[in-house]
Amino acid sequence: MSERILMDSSAIARTLVRLSHEVVEKNKGTEKLCLIGIRRRGEIVANRVCALIEKFYGDKLPCAGIDTGMYRDDLVSGFFVPDATVNRLGFSVAGKNIVLCDDVLHTGRSVRAAIEAIFDLGRPAKVMLLVLCDRGGREMPVSPDFIGKNVPTSRHEFIDVRFAEIEGEDSLGITVKN
Amino acid sequence: MLGKDLLGLYDASAVDILQILDTAVGMKKLLTQNLKKLPHLQGRTVTTLFYENSTRTRCSFELAAKYLGAGTVNISSSSSSVQKGETLIDTGYTLDAMKNDVIVIRHPMGGAPHLLARHVKASVVNGGDGMNEHPTQALLDFYTMREKFGSFKGLKVAILGDIKHSRVAKSNLFGLTKLGAEVSIYAPATLMPQGIGRLGAKVARSREEALAGANVVMGLRIQLERQQGGLFPSLSEYSKYYGVSEEHLKFADKDCIVMHPGPVNRGVELTSGVIDAPNSKITEQVLNGVAVRMALLFLLVKNRKGGEANE
Amino acid sequence: MSKLLIKNGTAVFPDKTEHCDLLLENGKIKEIGASVECAGAKVIDAAGLHIFPGLIDIHVHLREPGFEYKEDIASGSAAAVAGGFTQICCMPNTDPVCDNAAVVGYIVARAKEVGLCKVHPIGAITKGEKGESLAEMGKMKDAGAVAVSDDGRPVSDARMMRLAMEYASDFGMICLSHCEDKSLVDGGVVNEGYNSTLAGLKGIPRAAEEVMIAREIILAETLGKHVHICHVSTKGGVQLLREAKARGVAVTAETCPHYFALTDDVILGYDANTKVNPPIREAEDVAAIKEGLKDGTLDCIVTDHAPHHRDEKSVEYNLAAFGISGIETSFSLAYTELVKGGVLTLERLAKRMSGAPAKILGLAGGVLAVGAPADLMIADLGEKYTIDSGKFRSKGKNTPFDGREVYGRVKYTIVDGNIKFEA
Repeated sequence: MSERILMDSSAIARTLVRLSHEVVEKNKGTEKLCLIGIRRRGEIVANRVCALIEKFYGDKLPCAGIDTGMYRDDLVSGFFVPDATVNRLGFSVAGKNIVLCDDVLHTGRSVRAAIEAIFDLGRPAKVMLLVLCDRGGREMPVSPDFIGKNVPTSRHEFIDVRFAEIEGEDSLGITVKN
Repeated sequence: MLGKDLLGLYDASAVDILQILDTAVGMKKLLTQNLKKLPHLQGRTVTTLFYENSTRTRCSFELAAKYLGAGTVNISSSSSSVQKGETLIDTGYTLDAMKNDVIVIRHPMGGAPHLLARHVKASVVNGGDGMNEHPTQALLDFYTMREKFGSFKGLKVAILGDIKHSRVAKSNLFGLTKLGAEVSIYAPATLMPQGIGRLGAKVARSREEALAGANVVMGLRIQLERQQGGLFPSLSEYSKYYGVSEEHLKFADKDCIVMHPGPVNRGVELTSGVIDAPNSKITEQVLNGVAVRMALLFLLVKNRKGGEANE
Repeated sequence: MSKLLIKNGTAVFPDKTEHCDLLLENGKIKEIGASVECAGAKVIDAAGLHIFPGLIDIHVHLREPGFEYKEDIASGSAAAVAGGFTQICCMPNTDPVCDNAAVVGYIVARAKEVGLCKVHPIGAITKGEKGESLAEMGKMKDAGAVAVSDDGRPVSDARMMRLAMEYASDFGMICLSHCEDKSLVDGGVVNEGYNSTLAGLKGIPRAAEEVMIAREIILAETLGKHVHICHVSTKGGVQLLREAKARGVAVTAETCPHYFALTDDVILGYDANTKVNPPIREAEDVAAIKEGLKDGTLDCIVTDHAPHHRDEKSVEYNLAAFGISGIETSFSLAYTELVKGGVLTLERLAKRMSGAPAKILGLAGGVLAVGAPADLMIADLGEKYTIDSGKFRSKGKNTPFDGREVYGRVKYTIVDGNIKFEA
């Protein structure tokens, strides 16, 4: 088992800057835009992008994390009690253009759960998806709008994301498990 | 491991009880955040079959089922119709044919849930049967005690009131003795059942003896018809000699909690001062009841073969 | 009339049990001897089998007229002979109540038509078993009644019972008293004690039975009349009877197999087949009942055969009917529990199940003797079998003994010299 670092902290920082610009560019500005991160690493991505947009464009977008525990599709088959918290974003999603953020996109299941969670809070105009890394392996018809890095992986490979807020430093690595 | 049904705590093990309480911790956490849309029982049906009036137990079960995503059906039947109408077994066959997954039954006669359980494929939960058992009430009582004290070992529980007709007292006694708590009971001799000592209760000779050093003081509801039946002379005499007031609580542990399965007759079993004191857990018990019933329904359905529906 | 010769069997006499042959002729026992021969007689080879006087049950419910869905005289008689009984006395709680000569006459006629065992009706003490006014005991006696009882609906009024004891004695009949103080029963369904508390079922205190036994003893003693106490189930009841008998009170008493073969642990599964009145009691009562049978305080064993329809038992315990269908299991249970259990000798068992009941009601039979009616029962005491209610002749399959292993199987039942049952 060995890990190969694909992105170091400066690479992650550059990528997030690019993604921030892409978001504003694609939306032709920041009107009605808001950011929602899938807890817990997606929330960090959202917060970073939010701060960068404010820095470059001077607009402080509404930004919050969302808990998808209650919307997981394995609650019935897996039969466990989720450790979930109630979703209170602090802003309305109705009519908004939402950029849903996550660190790694794989099967698409958490994105599906997050979309369901968002729709329980209101009806947005549009939901886009931003991910730091797309490792492939989709099990849902989910496609990202903003991609930090494409990393095609096999079933035996795992993407490890580390963030300064949690692990003390930023990095993105790939591990092969036999 | 819990089986198909929960008919009483006499047949439940300490492991079963603790499993339900542990699961209820997660359920309560969700509930306190007002998260009431779990998908676990989606596509399942929970029927409450009540042959006795009840607001809180039925409501508690129904909400528990709904919070878990189950469909619920309520059937009420006055006890008089039990004697004329369809037999319980036939009602069971009917509910089974309609693909119910869980039937919660309350019945004025002991053993009715056992009879039903023998004849249906659905899981049967005893929501109170005559003078026999009321296991979910006892489970929520245990939850409330554990939340406060952390463990049951050496816990002193005093139960005062109509022990003879109380399914709550019996389920508490069966469970608490298995969990390592001590139960002392006190009641007028006319409301004290035979052989209760052999079931593990310490039968106190006075109210003070029952309360001495108690960590938990539990009052039981006195049914008005007991007085009409001549089992004690008047409510005021009952409250004077068998009720619990702030004065009496001084005999209990200073850190004790007060519980009551409800609904309370204020000034009879407990004085209002006791009911409304900060150490009274009577309202908390209601919330815990929903969490415990969610946990129970969840575990019963989960334990069915691979969580299969009634097919 | 045909002759029947029973060869090579072991006969149970009042004072001894020995190998002998019995010749039955014209409805009587004609000859008893070490080796009896008779040309032209039908022969039963009873080698290895025991011959008892035909069993007599003075407490059964045949349900006819009125409740034929539970049992009728034909099915009840068939069940009786299958259980080794040659004479049975049926209680009057039918519909209409057997409180007049017409119903008594109907039962006698119907039983003759069925022609299996001898059926003696017991008339009601009070009209409609309502406890209010005496039934026509004289006319019932003339129509064939052998005793009076308000079984199932005890006479609660002491004065009425007193009058009944007095009046019945004018016609040479005795009152059979079902002892139960309804106010103490208070809706109970099982014995009051540890198990009733455990099961959460309302208890019937022993006092409900004992208070009434005491009343009947005092009445009989005061009046100098004979009273018979039905289905004694408690230790205290046995003690009251023992003391009364020691004082010389003319009181006799019966018990049933379920009071010495079961304890109330059986109620814990809520099986309504264990619901019976009086209720099944505790171990110390069982011991006292056995002691009472041993020392004669309890004169006889009856069945209180109380057949019910399946639907009356497939309900909540509280709602189920009281009663056990017991006539087909009585002998095996008594033999297994009492003889193999060391309580009674074979001779005593024959007395408790045949001789004593005959004597209490003044019925012919009950003993193996030359000149006595040729009513007898032949059993294989070594045969072990499992009770199967599905095989009962009775319509009532309500027994708590289903699946129980017992010894002593009835092989032949002979009434007036004719084989009425053959296994």
